[in-house]
Amino acid sequence: MTAVLPDLTVTEAEVRAALGTVVDPELDEPITDVGFVRSVSVQGGAVEVHLRLPTSFCAPNFAWLMVSDAHDAVSAVPGVGSVVVELDDHHDSDLINRGMAAGLGYRGTFGHEAEDSLDELRATFQRKAHTAAMERAITALVRTDPAVDVAALTLGDLPAGEHTTDALLRRRATLGLPVDDGAPVLVRDDGTRPDPAQAEMVLRRARSVRISVDGNAHFCRGLLTTRYPGSEADQTPRPEDRLLLPLTVSKGTHP
Amino acid sequence: MYRKDGESYYVVDAHIALWDGRPENQRNIHGKQFIDCFYDYHRNLSPESEVWSYEEYLYQGGERLMRDVFVDGIVDHAIFQPARLKEFYHRGFGQTEEAFALAQAHPDKLTYNHYWDPRDGENGLDELRRNAERMQLKGVKLYTADWHGESRGWKLTDPMAYRYLEACRELGIKNIHIHKGPTIRPLDRDAFDVADVDHVATDFTDLNFVVEHCGLPRLEDFCWIATQEPNVYAGLAVAIPFIHTRPRYFAQIMGELTYWLGEDRILFSSDYALWTPKWLVEKFVDFQIPEDLTEYAPLSTPLKKKVLGLNAAKLYDLPVPAELQLPDADETATGPREPAAADLASV
Repeated sequence: MTAVLPDLTVTEAEVRAALGTVVDPELDEPITDVGFVRSVSVQGGAVEVHLRLPTSFCAPNFAWLMVSDAHDAVSAVPGVGSVVVELDDHHDSDLINRGMAAGLGYRGTFGHEAEDSLDELRATFQRKAHTAAMERAITALVRTDPAVDVAALTLGDLPAGEHTTDALLRRRATLGLPVDDGAPVLVRDDGTRPDPAQAEMVLRRARSVRISVDGNAHFCRGLLTTRYPGSEADQTPRPEDRLLLPLTVSKGTHP
Repeated sequence: MYRKDGESYYVVDAHIALWDGRPENQRNIHGKQFIDCFYDYHRNLSPESEVWSYEEYLYQGGERLMRDVFVDGIVDHAIFQPARLKEFYHRGFGQTEEAFALAQAHPDKLTYNHYWDPRDGENGLDELRRNAERMQLKGVKLYTADWHGESRGWKLTDPMAYRYLEACRELGIKNIHIHKGPTIRPLDRDAFDVADVDHVATDFTDLNFVVEHCGLPRLEDFCWIATQEPNVYAGLAVAIPFIHTRPRYFAQIMGELTYWLGEDRILFSSDYALWTPKWLVEKFVDFQIPEDLTEYAPLSTPLKKKVLGLNAAKLYDLPVPAELQLPDADETATGPREPAAADLASV
């Protein structure tokens, strides 16, 4: 009798699930939902993933973050041996793909152009993601009950199980903010509660952050489907769009 | 002049270009990537009836530009805002001499703005002085993401940029249009960061800073800066085509800009030839914020008149018929910068 070996056969579904944990920091959405995963191939333990972006000129630092995170996520799948993640059709494709393959890291790849790690950039966009989620949760509530006291809201006042509530709780957890029912909903970036007199302004600023995030989503999703016909099939509609904004994408008439 | 429902609109298209993206002008793959990227924006956001073929899109020439921009007399005046992109195109992307000649032939209809780049150093300063005299410049278009040798971008706060801004002040070039977009150095910074506008707007209060694409996709940072700096303006290029594909989203952009900047500092721009102005003007005049977006007030007719032309006319001293002029609005609730409001910066 021989010992039963653990099943180390890697499936495409496992790889895609791992890629689903990789988030576009600007859009605050998984790269699998926005259609950025162009292809996944699995040969035994060898995995090759190709990513694509809406334009050739998407910011290379964000591109690097996603490629690098995808590499890490796929490498962590049990049974995976070699991993190749490549970015297609980008102005820095060659540079990024060479740097990834050689394990040069961000600074090693971009040389004099990159002075720091990307941690701060990542943290900035985690904060924005939380701010946008906070505004969505509050505005959804205000639209149903205009008299609600925004400054006094606590997490327990938000409708349990609603998408906007769950999304906010996830973003708070990422930032290490409290997630108990008594915690204030409306907070500044540092997690502190504003004076009631300033609550309106804090919400207004949060709204402009949310609108920026939404704008990125509209641009990026739309441009990707224009650039890669058929890629709309790889996109999952945003919960926000299902809730508030009916999708009306013009695809144009020329190839 | 555009007329609708008994109202007359003096229309200024504050951002047009005469570009050449044809293969014979492309220096490298980036030249193709750049015009392809523009074309994707064009066909993604245009109504189907307004979508051009790729060949048409590569180059228009002066005759077609005059037809497209001034067709049916909708646009009264348009301003060239060229992008150089010399690392991508042999003769650059914006066609300086062709556009300048066109503006000289139609001074009542066209204003030519030129560009500068602080990485051109002292020679560039000399050239700016020559261009200011020859072209009678009232404005410039700056493209901080342009590549230049090893550099892939610059910031308005670079010391050499200050020398150029000082020259602009001295030469009477008072309108500084800034494109905010990828790619900017150093890479660690957010590529669309508009913080450098804040600094120069404070240090050059006698210049006007028009942030093209109203800072999208960093609308929140832009609005926050603009609400404190009365000499910062929002250009609607690239934001306004959402009026067709995503009208509810466009309503929110207009709602935000109006709240933070008020109605006197928003400029209509088609970004021709990315899009043509006619359909944008027509839709904008008919546009209204949906009633269920209760957080925003409706857009008034005076606001539309200002955005479509009166605001830009003021910056460029364009002759607007007296009966079409409107008084400035009151300050916004957020107001211009005051020391007493400084604590809001921590909000």
